[in-house]
Amino acid sequence: MAQFEVEIKPENLVYGKSPVLTDAPMHFCPGCSHGTIHKIIAEAIDELGLQERAIGLSPVGCSVLAYNYIDIDWVQAAHGRAAAAASAMKRLNPDRLVFTYQGDGDLAAIGTGETIHACNRGENITIIYVNNAIYGMTGGQMAPTTLVGMKTMTTPDGRDPKLHGYPFVVSDMLAHLPGVCYVTRQSVHTAANVRRAKKAIRKAFENSMEGKGLSFVEMVATCNSGWKMSPTAANQWMEENMFPVYPLGDIKG
Amino acid sequence: MAKIQGTLVIDRERCKGCGVCVVACPVKVIALADDVNSMGYHYCMMAEPDKCVGCASCAIVCPDSCITVYRQKNPNA
Amino acid sequence: MKEIKLLKGNEAVAMAAIRCGCDGYFGYPITPQSEILETLMSQKPWETTGMVVLQAESETAAINMVYGGAATGKRVMTSSSSPGISLMSEGLSYLAGAELPCVVVNVSRGGPGLGTIQPAQSDYFQAVKAGGHGDFHMIVLAPASVQEMYDFTQLAFDLTFKYLNPVMVLADGVIGQMMEKVELSEGKPRVDDESIQRECGSWAATGRVGGRPRNIVTSVELDPDIQEAFNHILAAKYARIEQDEVRYETFECEDADFVLVAYGSSARICRRVMEMAREEGFKVGLFRPITLYPFPGDVIARLAERVKGFLAVEMSMGQLVEDVRLWAGRNVPAEHYGRCGGAIHSPDEVYNALKSKLIDKIK
Repeated sequence: MAQFEVEIKPENLVYGKSPVLTDAPMHFCPGCSHGTIHKIIAEAIDELGLQERAIGLSPVGCSVLAYNYIDIDWVQAAHGRAAAAASAMKRLNPDRLVFTYQGDGDLAAIGTGETIHACNRGENITIIYVNNAIYGMTGGQMAPTTLVGMKTMTTPDGRDPKLHGYPFVVSDMLAHLPGVCYVTRQSVHTAANVRRAKKAIRKAFENSMEGKGLSFVEMVATCNSGWKMSPTAANQWMEENMFPVYPLGDIKG
Repeated sequence: MAKIQGTLVIDRERCKGCGVCVVACPVKVIALADDVNSMGYHYCMMAEPDKCVGCASCAIVCPDSCITVYRQKNPNA
Repeated sequence: MKEIKLLKGNEAVAMAAIRCGCDGYFGYPITPQSEILETLMSQKPWETTGMVVLQAESETAAINMVYGGAATGKRVMTSSSSPGISLMSEGLSYLAGAELPCVVVNVSRGGPGLGTIQPAQSDYFQAVKAGGHGDFHMIVLAPASVQEMYDFTQLAFDLTFKYLNPVMVLADGVIGQMMEKVELSEGKPRVDDESIQRECGSWAATGRVGGRPRNIVTSVELDPDIQEAFNHILAAKYARIEQDEVRYETFECEDADFVLVAYGSSARICRRVMEMAREEGFKVGLFRPITLYPFPGDVIARLAERVKGFLAVEMSMGQLVEDVRLWAGRNVPAEHYGRCGGAIHSPDEVYNALKSKLIDKIK
């Protein structure tokens, strides 16, 4: 049988880089979940036709430079304060899509107060919360979300609850607040999970535009550099260790 | 030979050789090259192009958006 | 017909905000300035001008709401008092670093720490020299009457958009709490979104309207050469501000042997002190900086060529006096007098200090 070559032409295109992503190569480590999450945010914005109306807030942490990659207007917020800044942005610009992109250090440690109160006010924004159980940018220190026994630069013998308390399960706590309309926990380590995660982001963005309240999308993610593993080993470790503490699925709405 | 044939266009220079696509591919099309790109990464490549069904699993999990997927009916199949 | 109302200084700030087209106020209650938020909530400007008013969960949140609102090109403000302003320092630095416009009112009280709820002028250093980390300045306006609380709030909005730099109105509990008649201006409508696109379209994160190139509001720059170049851009802006925005008042300085230097409520007290001294035959004048940054130092330097001494009068242990000494030079004494910790000096106390520290020594 003759060798058949697929023609490279638009009608044969199945999947390519989103037009809402810029051409800038991402600064993230190889295999980092941030890149995939950025990508599906761009795809969701594109699919909903919101590129001209979206304003993102980047945090302090590895994703501080998110604005280099997703081709929309961006505001870089002070460490932990994105939800407060987003609250005002949305109230002053109610027809815009306003979303924050925050890691677990930014959101669940220094920004806990701003996050909870934005949720409690039911701001019509979306929070995308990337939980990889570690401080990536500063070099792998313990986060509030670090698992019990997990080794980090500041828990060299593993997290001891007597010393450091317990992993902070943010999403379940926020789901209790009446201002929050949608809470879900997703991951992006397999194609099926990426598809589900994008659907969740789309739903959250739609909620924000329809004024339904605050939507909170947690992404359980890897930090293979911080965890000191290969990207694929990190994905497997996440399945075995992170998911029991941070189980995937819709929590509310 | 599959009825649907797929193929990948890989931006070698964007690829960081993380290998997530290798694991994601259901039909084991992809491998990391022995060569490296200008950044020193073993970029991904189609090791067994004939097997590709164009499912896009590799591209969907790629954090660096360096895989574009095309698919066409194979008239010979 | 002129509209005149009897208002507290704090109420005047709220009325000014509504009438100058302010888009959003974000604040947290703290004595002695809570009437600003209370007045706004009772006036309900969202029903008239569409202005957003939001009570934040903290001063930290409030200044970051201001940051977010300002980033979209809106006219936004907050207010607080000393400990709350300390919490806002980080946000003020970000606002200056991202070159965003905003108005911050500090109705200051005694400190340090939780201090007291009574008036003080001990936030001069913080406002003028240390609003937050990094190389930046805020324009600082110091009102001395309820009318000026009203006028300077509006002036602050003009200045903040002229320079894309935070502007602070530094008042104190005296000015915030006392009542005086105020002539209200005619209301200006809020700036509509099309005008914001036109006027702030080169920097504001409004969404990429019409597919325009994207705007990124940020203060992070990891390349030291670029960050240094940006610091030079800021410095050039501050040089323009120092050139063009100095504001002050002088009272009977022409023939004065001694000059009182005071701002805000202390300047009002010193008006009386000056009269008392003149009645006793001493040639005393008053110099009142209105902008604390940019500081009207040139005027002090010129006065120093012929006067016999300065007395800086401030409700603090001596902060303004350092700038007076800097500009007065070595040959003219610049003394300090002030009650602090919430205590307010009487004209008699200031007059006695003027006599003992300067007039009796030098005459």
